[in-house]
Amino acid sequence: MAQPRADTEHISSKVILSGADLHRVVDRIAHQILEKTSGATGTVLLGIPTRGVPLARRLAARIHAFEGVEVPVGALDITLYRDDLRLHATRALGRTEIPGDGLDGRRVILVDDVLFSGRTVRAALDALNDVGRPSSVQLAVLVDRGHRELPIRADYVGKNIPTALAEKVRVRLAETDDGVDEVKLFGGVA
Amino acid sequence: MIKHLRSAADLDADTATLILDTAGEMAALAGREVKKLPTLRGRTVVNLFYEDSTRTRISFEAAAKRLSADVINFSAKGSSVSKGESLKDTALTLQAMGADAVVIRHPASGAPHRLAQWVDGSVVNAGDGTHEHPTQALLDAYTMRSRLGKIDGLRVAIVGDVLHSRVARSNVLLLTTLGAQVTLVGPPTLIPVDIAAALSPATKVSYDLDSVLPEADVVMMLRVQTERMQDSYFPSAREYSRRYGLDAPRMRKLPEHAIVMHPGPMNRGMEIAPEVADSTRSTIVEQVANGVSARMAVLYLLLGGKA
Repeated sequence: MAQPRADTEHISSKVILSGADLHRVVDRIAHQILEKTSGATGTVLLGIPTRGVPLARRLAARIHAFEGVEVPVGALDITLYRDDLRLHATRALGRTEIPGDGLDGRRVILVDDVLFSGRTVRAALDALNDVGRPSSVQLAVLVDRGHRELPIRADYVGKNIPTALAEKVRVRLAETDDGVDEVKLFGGVA
Repeated sequence: MIKHLRSAADLDADTATLILDTAGEMAALAGREVKKLPTLRGRTVVNLFYEDSTRTRISFEAAAKRLSADVINFSAKGSSVSKGESLKDTALTLQAMGADAVVIRHPASGAPHRLAQWVDGSVVNAGDGTHEHPTQALLDAYTMRSRLGKIDGLRVAIVGDVLHSRVARSNVLLLTTLGAQVTLVGPPTLIPVDIAAALSPATKVSYDLDSVLPEADVVMMLRVQTERMQDSYFPSAREYSRRYGLDAPRMRKLPEHAIVMHPGPMNRGMEIAPEVADSTRSTIVEQVANGVSARMAVLYLLLGGKA
């Protein structure tokens, strides 16, 4: 039997978004993107591994379903740009896939599951710099849990969750987590 | 993750696969306009070369620079080594300068192992005597995997001067770890007795190249290292070439998909014919390009995390 994860299994937990909620939230963000970008023309969705990538694909699929627009989707791994590499054991790299037409002159929307300190997004902005020169960069996240350490904010937020620093937010997506769609909050005062 | 890369035997299958996967990501970055990554900013990599080298030194230098490490190149010629400074004293000097990694090439087998006892940083073996050259084995494995899709189950013939070849030794260790079946081929004088058993029990030895070729997925030709040969190991260069050189008629005995590798520098016309070296089966130029990606992966995995 697998060892229970000490940080999550024996602590009180609360479901923040169920599978159905999560789908509605993705639908809403897709609508907001269409609205804010006048039909998502000249737009590229770049997911940040691991869970930003399936989220970006879902957004693109919903945008296509709503308005028939094909939005290119890619992945941007930020491991090599992290500012905390020296604080942890070496991390394995994720995949970077830039859509064929590149990013120059396009509107890039970065997609991630949780916005927390903002350091991942900073690293993503640095990584983008080395890949191309987008005309603008926006940020879409499923959950904003606060506690920013850098002056960064999201353009599209699925759900704002006020959290304590000690709490953990765990996002599960069908594509990466055994077919389950769910956002849970662990820890804090029971 | 391991701290040093002294031998291909330092790598288990998982670690080796992680390095190859990482090298794949690094190779993808090589196609970008800006090839530099900030990952090793502020880290110092010393290239300590006691032997002549073109591609390995340049390859390590390019790899470290693409990861933004500071690179200090040290070659024994023109340094205090020519005044008689010992390896240990040189090591202590590097230690005092705060090298995070030392990439060493040395004519004495085992020098990287000694060095690792004297410095705090990571030691990467870039070729020690006739012992090992693990990053060459990694780039060779990476090349095989990208050309043939896998390593597990491949039949690899390593042909020629096995006696003096650190490339052969590291390749046997790494490829066996990754599940390939290696056959060492060459004249009996250039294949040490019991080498196959000493490196890995699964390795075979053959003295007849023509019987091995039809079964091989990969043929790796080794350079005949005349600079290390004090005795005569074969009657003449022409006879060696006739029996163990890879020429066009021999290449036609290979299966359709098989590839031809050579770690360089080549003796064209000796162990490999020019038309073979320049054929589409040959991966010789790819190997050089893959060398930078493989070494970036090694440096990242050794230095990228918490020391």
